[in-house]
Amino acid sequence: MATTVLFFIFAGLAIGCALSMVYHRNPLYSAVSLVGVFISLSCIYVTLAAPFIAAVQILIYAGAIMVLVVFVIMLLNLDEEKPLNRLRYLYSIGGFLGIILLAQTFFIFIAVHKSPKKPVATDETVGKTMSIGANMYTEYLLPVEIVGILLLMAIIGGVILARRLSQPELTLVVNNELDKRNESEEKDDYRIAL
Amino acid sequence: MVSGQKNPTDHRPLTTDNMEPSLSTYLALSGILFTIGAVGVIFKRNAIGMFMCIELMLNAVNLTFVAFSRHYADVTGQLFVFMVMSVAAAEAAVGLGIIIAFFRNRQSVDVDDASILKN
Repeated sequence: MATTVLFFIFAGLAIGCALSMVYHRNPLYSAVSLVGVFISLSCIYVTLAAPFIAAVQILIYAGAIMVLVVFVIMLLNLDEEKPLNRLRYLYSIGGFLGIILLAQTFFIFIAVHKSPKKPVATDETVGKTMSIGANMYTEYLLPVEIVGILLLMAIIGGVILARRLSQPELTLVVNNELDKRNESEEKDDYRIAL
Repeated sequence: MVSGQKNPTDHRPLTTDNMEPSLSTYLALSGILFTIGAVGVIFKRNAIGMFMCIELMLNAVNLTFVAFSRHYADVTGQLFVFMVMSVAAAEAAVGLGIIIAFFRNRQSVDVDDASILKN
């Protein structure tokens, strides 16, 4: 019973934080709401007897990825989104897609709920770090290697994309941008002085 | 509440005696989170906001993996959660690199400004 109560508390928290993430215009508020989703999902993983995944969820998502996202938000000095001038039909498409996905969710819920209940296998070693490590390095060695190559490619790609290029024409572009920015700042100063 | 306290020969299904939420409940939560993420990708104009909505969708899929792994007592689902997390980390590195490069050229992260290939 305690598991059920905890599940509903954290499920409500996850859905509320997800809605707040989509609702807020300020990207920093969205990022903090997303951290709330990650932490409540991690608590749900604990109720699902998966302590390793819960710990990794906190470490990788809330620890590494969100720090990177918040760092980029701070670095780019993003302010709130401008008022919407996007095409109207995108909103109807989005609402339509949401209704379809919710209907599918409801259908899956009903179908799985009505399906004949098999006894839940209770193997207490599943989800412990030892069983995950043993399976990862014996049966699933090839996917682990592929993920390693993927991470190497991501490192190289990230460095290549984010470095500042030093070709002459590209530095010219950067200089022009700096000039433009200085001009706009001067304009603002002028306005304030008036 | 821990199933290990039960008699090991007792194979009554845990889903019917109200001790634990059933598999369908977890799937419903996952579907709702996925829906919020998918709608958010369409509604957001900010590239970083879209990125965070994609992370939310990946997390919803992770929840189904863990729920099925619990239901069938098979560790494969949790291993693939690990793979999905690695892919999300790679996506974060490359995606944020692209966003920084785009901001350096356009002084904006609005996806509507990424229209240089149009026409």
